[in-house]
Amino acid sequence: MIGRQRDENPAGIHLPLDPLPGHSSRGRLERVLRRGEFAVTTELNPPDSADPEDVYNRAKIFDGWVDAINAVDASGANCHMSSVGICALLTRMGYAPIMQIACRDRNRIAIQGDVLGGAAMGVANMLCLTGDGVQAGDQPGAKPVFDLDSMSLLETCRIMRDNGKFLSGRKLTTPPQIFLGAAVNPFAPPFDFRPIHLGKKIAAGAQFVQTQYCFDVPMFKTFMKKARDLGHTEKVFILCGVGPLASAKTAKWIRSNVPGIHIPDAIIKRLEGAQDQKKEGKQLCIDIINEVKEIPGISGIHVMAYRQEEYVAEIVDESGVLKGRQPWKREIRRDDQMVADRLDRILHDDITETQVDMVKTAH
Amino acid sequence: MSETQPAVTQATLVKKAAPKSDYKPADVSPQRRVQRSFAVRLWSIRHSRLLEWFYSRFADMFLLLHPLWKGIGYNRVEAPIKFVEKRVKGFMFDCRMCGQCVLSSTGMSCPMNCPKQLRNGPCGGVRANGNCEVEPDMPCVWVKAWEGSQNMVHGDKILDVQKPVDQSLRETSAWLRVTAQAAAAREAAQNAAKTGASA
Repeated sequence: MIGRQRDENPAGIHLPLDPLPGHSSRGRLERVLRRGEFAVTTELNPPDSADPEDVYNRAKIFDGWVDAINAVDASGANCHMSSVGICALLTRMGYAPIMQIACRDRNRIAIQGDVLGGAAMGVANMLCLTGDGVQAGDQPGAKPVFDLDSMSLLETCRIMRDNGKFLSGRKLTTPPQIFLGAAVNPFAPPFDFRPIHLGKKIAAGAQFVQTQYCFDVPMFKTFMKKARDLGHTEKVFILCGVGPLASAKTAKWIRSNVPGIHIPDAIIKRLEGAQDQKKEGKQLCIDIINEVKEIPGISGIHVMAYRQEEYVAEIVDESGVLKGRQPWKREIRRDDQMVADRLDRILHDDITETQVDMVKTAH
Repeated sequence: MSETQPAVTQATLVKKAAPKSDYKPADVSPQRRVQRSFAVRLWSIRHSRLLEWFYSRFADMFLLLHPLWKGIGYNRVEAPIKFVEKRVKGFMFDCRMCGQCVLSSTGMSCPMNCPKQLRNGPCGGVRANGNCEVEPDMPCVWVKAWEGSQNMVHGDKILDVQKPVDQSLRETSAWLRVTAQAAAAREAAQNAAKTGASA
């Protein structure tokens, strides 16, 4: 199919969409969520390379299955290509990235600069995170910055967008138009504080939240009930974090080595009992999605399939969360076709055009 | 479970690689090098209500002494007051002298002791036993803050969104700053009442 898709700028896929009333960004993700459609986001595993093709190849497998792609900011305090760099590449190709900003590595001066730079490149969504401690990563000797925390970062971005000012009060000539996100983890103590903490994040400026991996659906339901009772679900779009586990061994490793991810024993038992653990892990993820999507107040899912990215499409397809809808997909456009035709003629028709010939034919 | 199997950190690797008698500074994290016991800090959090009551009396007394501070000059009293404040709060709360105390809003648990210095709530990495992800044997500052704030009269102050730390106020006395601000606010109110009455 050649032509314009829904949520695409006719003047070019890399350009922002027309502003809509009530929208704070000009991106695709906000449109999908505000239309009330079930959104799907995923995470791009950042390459340890300087080759842009690595990013494009990793983004390509999500084509037509997700509404936005998280560009992670050195997750787990491990060094990778920066989220700003990944966003620069993805926005060029028309993808809708969610730029993650972690407070671990940069102070408020650098972060506010990156927010402006990101927004200028066409990044419409930003996710404000605290970030893992440097001790968790490959360079534990690094200086942990943590100048802002996730909450004050959210507030800083909101002030920049709504008041058109830096944190210092200095004016911006063009404020960034961004859809602000935050992360929540309902699966870590203090459990009764977590829904209240979400309220605090909403007050600071969060418009959508992505949760940590959900493997314990009853626990998530309790959290959601409390969030609904506090009226949070009307003010924020909640995307539940899900993902496949490769095997029971990986699950055990994650449970003991990655703080903040809660995996109940029943899940590990189910994986251990399976013939093909990888397949069972995928099925388990689909089962969790099917349970989670029915919870009132859930606006979408965030599929984190670290090193199993090829499964994202299958998981989204088999769980049927898109209900036949196809998210934006990079495809050949009319002008691309014109260029291709022209080049094809030059390449295959064996025409030798010299400048002299061209002048002659022009008369 | 997560609490029985510690994560493989750089410190663990160094520890394993060298014999026991070697000098291995990375064995102890900077946090633990400064602070080896949490007993007093945890006592303060358990008695957050008493301390809240005490602090409000104490702040009133400091405000009463405002003419004295002003007479001597805030700049001159800064050094001795800071000397006392640093030691008292250091003993009670493991204070880091950020100069903008928020203990009343955080259940008497000093947020600057969090390895990420979070002032607005816990991160997502709190361990299942309620300990810190970075310091596995330290109780999470924010789990304790939530417990402490439950006991306090104005415990709902934990819901306020705190501004980022102003690093230029480090190593200054929060007591004097709060007193000077309260005095200025009181004077402004009195002036407003006066001009209102004369007009």
